[in-house]
Amino acid sequence: MTEITTPFTREQADRLRAGDSVLFTGTLYTARDAAHARLCQALETGAPLPFDLRDAVIYYVGPTPARPGHVIGSAGPTTSYRMDTYSPALLEQGLRGMVGKGLRGPDVVEAMRRHHAVYFGAVGGTGALIGRSIKTAEIIAYEDLGTEAVRRLTVERLPLTVVIDTLGNNLYELGPRRYLENLE
Amino acid sequence: MILKELRAEQITSAVRELCIEANYQLPPDVTACIRACRERESWPVAKEILGNILDNVQAAAGGDYPLCQDTGLACVFIRLGQDVHISGDLRAAVDEGVRQGYRDGYLRASAVRDPLQRVNTGDNMPALLTVELAPGEDCEITVAPKGFGSENMGALKMLRPSDGAAGVRRFVLDTVRAAGPNPCPPIVVGVGVGGSFDKVALCAKRALLRPLGQHHPDPVWAAMEEELLDGINALGIGPQGFGGRTTALSVAIETMPTHITALPVAVNINCHVTRHARRVL
Repeated sequence: MTEITTPFTREQADRLRAGDSVLFTGTLYTARDAAHARLCQALETGAPLPFDLRDAVIYYVGPTPARPGHVIGSAGPTTSYRMDTYSPALLEQGLRGMVGKGLRGPDVVEAMRRHHAVYFGAVGGTGALIGRSIKTAEIIAYEDLGTEAVRRLTVERLPLTVVIDTLGNNLYELGPRRYLENLE
Repeated sequence: MILKELRAEQITSAVRELCIEANYQLPPDVTACIRACRERESWPVAKEILGNILDNVQAAAGGDYPLCQDTGLACVFIRLGQDVHISGDLRAAVDEGVRQGYRDGYLRASAVRDPLQRVNTGDNMPALLTVELAPGEDCEITVAPKGFGSENMGALKMLRPSDGAAGVRRFVLDTVRAAGPNPCPPIVVGVGVGGSFDKVALCAKRALLRPLGQHHPDPVWAAMEEELLDGINALGIGPQGFGGRTTALSVAIETMPTHITALPVAVNINCHVTRHARRVL
């Protein structure tokens, strides 16, 4: 189990390998479909971004509303491929990590290799467990998007799995292959 | 003849409560199936993930955090007895139940009004309502919140009659293989066979409402359900796609008569958070 703390630097990223279990502590920025469209629009027009992408980690999540006395609701990962259109542009700006679930396209993997970034998986469909473990949550941009607004989250030792590493190794290929080889 | 009278407000109140119940309490048959699969799973990572999933079921049952942040579009199925009269607007009553349930249950508003403009309706309305008439004077309401990470992985194909059982099997396996880790495996697979372009999709969705492990009444189709489940669990995808045996919890097929030229097949995928809650008024 590897401990990761933010800022998530290139050195930390390069040490991780697909299949590693990590405990992630620090800041995550939430963004999914609609927020990604706006972030990329801002990049195109030269408008300021709501947070510094350098060595940042984005979590693909649209949480449920927080009940009174709670910081957030249920907050598991959403399917990542929908962000593939936007991810290469963000990686070029220094985005170091992405947290989601599901397959990524070849353009994203190529950009991850070029810019030394990591794709983590959180366990899809365990939003209650993840939501309960989030320490702080604050909306920092695009509040009109509701659940899709950009939030700054603080997490402590959030369990994640390295799915695609900075060399392009992919757990979605390696994991099933190892399992099937082990059966033989 | 005296009709049974139901007020629209009774429908609203039932839908409201079912939306909340479905999003916090996983049906016992689904929990039991996940637990059994965990016992049977030999791959350590897979076993661990299934343990996380069961912990999540516990955490959500506390009532503070829904099972999943994708509390879905509200699929509402009403089996309406012909001898029931509803005073008021049924569709409006169901929508209002969804609005209240999602607001009071702290559930996520995930609906956009126009598929291209994509502005959130803010209250998860409208419901995706399917009404079916039946004899008698019961009004059975089922609320099945549908997450779209899995919904997006569904597929429909109009096969040729000559493609036969082998064609149906191949299409289901190809669809599940292509979905890979995206729909949050372990999944539940609903398959529709027969009917028309629209009816076959509804068959697939209805199949997802069946209690896990309850087979098609025809032994031939029941055997195909078993065969497909084994075939899917031989793919190696495993929980979350990290490898393992448990790719699917169950396969349910619904069939209906079709045209002499046709063999429609639809595959509708649910994640392990296979939610539904039912009440009879």
